[in-house]
Amino acid sequence: MSEAITREEVAKVARLARLRLSGDELDMFTEQLGQILEHARDMNALDLADVAPTAHPFGLTNVVREDVVEESLDRDTVLAMAPDARDQRFAVPRIQGEAP
Amino acid sequence: MTLPGEWEMVVGLEVHTELLTKSKLFCGCENHFGSEPNTNVCPVCLGLPGSLPVLNREAVEFAMRIGLALHCRIAPSTFHRKNYFYPDQSKDYQISQYDLPINSSGYLDLPDGTTVTIERAHMEEDTGKSTHLGGSGRLAGAESSLVDYNRCGVPLVEIVSGPDIRSSAQARAYAAELRGILIATGASDGRLEEGSMRFDANVSVRRPGEPLGTRCEIKNLNSLRSLQRAIDYEALRQIQLIENGAVVRQETRHWDENLAETSTLRVKEDADDYRYFRDPDLVDLAPDQTWQDRVRAALPPMPAERRAAVLALFAAPSSAQRDAVEVVIDLGLDPYVHAVASASGDTTLALSRAANEVAANLKSVANLTVDAFVTIVAMEQRGELSATQAKTVLGAILVDGGDPHEIATALGFEQLSADSLGATVASLIEDHPDEWLRYRDGDDKLAQFFIGQVMKLTRGQANGKAVIGELQARR
Repeated sequence: MSEAITREEVAKVARLARLRLSGDELDMFTEQLGQILEHARDMNALDLADVAPTAHPFGLTNVVREDVVEESLDRDTVLAMAPDARDQRFAVPRIQGEAP
Repeated sequence: MTLPGEWEMVVGLEVHTELLTKSKLFCGCENHFGSEPNTNVCPVCLGLPGSLPVLNREAVEFAMRIGLALHCRIAPSTFHRKNYFYPDQSKDYQISQYDLPINSSGYLDLPDGTTVTIERAHMEEDTGKSTHLGGSGRLAGAESSLVDYNRCGVPLVEIVSGPDIRSSAQARAYAAELRGILIATGASDGRLEEGSMRFDANVSVRRPGEPLGTRCEIKNLNSLRSLQRAIDYEALRQIQLIENGAVVRQETRHWDENLAETSTLRVKEDADDYRYFRDPDLVDLAPDQTWQDRVRAALPPMPAERRAAVLALFAAPSSAQRDAVEVVIDLGLDPYVHAVASASGDTTLALSRAANEVAANLKSVANLTVDAFVTIVAMEQRGELSATQAKTVLGAILVDGGDPHEIATALGFEQLSADSLGATVASLIEDHPDEWLRYRDGDDKLAQFFIGQVMKLTRGQANGKAVIGELQARR
């Protein structure tokens, strides 16, 4: 995290997220993301050797539910929300390439 | 199959298994194969805004059972979002375990003695099922696709082996043994034909001693036969490429069972950049020692142990008996054989009846109590039932249940008890003194005469061997 984020890296992240950004937007987000990463760098400057990493604000573990079947949504309601449906299924446009 | 020249294949398998929970991994929708399309869906598994996933405790238990059965270390783990755009899930990410899986560093011993390391066995959610319209029904050439999200969110455990497998036959043996273990844990039904277990194979080739070659991943192998054929095809393809001066490109390939060949799905580029990050809706999973110990204590014996226990009943098992033992272990019928052994019965007979007659009626095996099986084998062993009659009684119980003696009586078999057979033979000896003397003087052919007479009197229901036994006892 020693280098500032580059315009190319922002463009790549945008491409992976399927976001089409204009040149101006790329400049803007490069600067904004740079500022966020700058904040992380500030924290890196601190001696945190004795502090455990925090991935969640609450120290909760093992939040589980019992294996009980609950009612699902009504199919007609669900499919009515979809842009397109056929044969009780969601219809999607031609898929480019196979599943990952 | 033997590879040409000095070549050696290096194979690692990724096995996905659905878990036999009642509900999905993060929501209460039913986990059920074969429901009407899109009837088991809710805001969570459809990824609707504002919905929150909550982990299914039973799925965690199953994952731990699998890990413990594979000698893995259970460690605190986390859930990540694997981000990609594909309509098999509607929220544009799959929840999976990434750098901290629940199970890691295990192993599986194959029946041939090879040990295959298990790198990890992690939890994740399954995706929906697509049907491609137009074209040939495959993705290529399809005009549009229809998606059923019933399977989306069904709990999976993905078991990743180390690159320790050296032949397609070994890969098959690994998959079969793993399937047996998954069924034994109760975590999976192992139904390959329903897709509840799926294989991906990582294949590379090298000359022994060389570093690992570039690997290709073959996707979506859904039978043991496909797995074995695809690996052989892929290893040969790579060898041919290299021997012709070309290089193997790291890519994902698709196995076509009808064409019997693999073809490129996609080249590995930044398609593999899934932008993994911790799912902020899910907290750490850290089963404590008490929970782990409880799961371990409830773990039934695994197939390897059960196989050894059945084989130990036979001094020198024949190859046919070894095959029968595999059937009995695979179908979980070994308690029947052990019960006969405990009752000092004929284990050879028990193994044969279990691996054939009982195995053939597996669907209704619940009708056959262990005691009834022991009784039938004993009745056959004592000659009270002929082999054909024993099979008939077994068949009748497998259909409707019931008591072996009562069924034998109802079928008119009971008069063949040792006592009544003895009485029949004794009266025949009295009626045919000349034949009896000649038999007693050593003319064994006369045994056939007495058997024929007994058969006539019993309308063909006697056991020939038992008749000979009665004759010899009086000789």
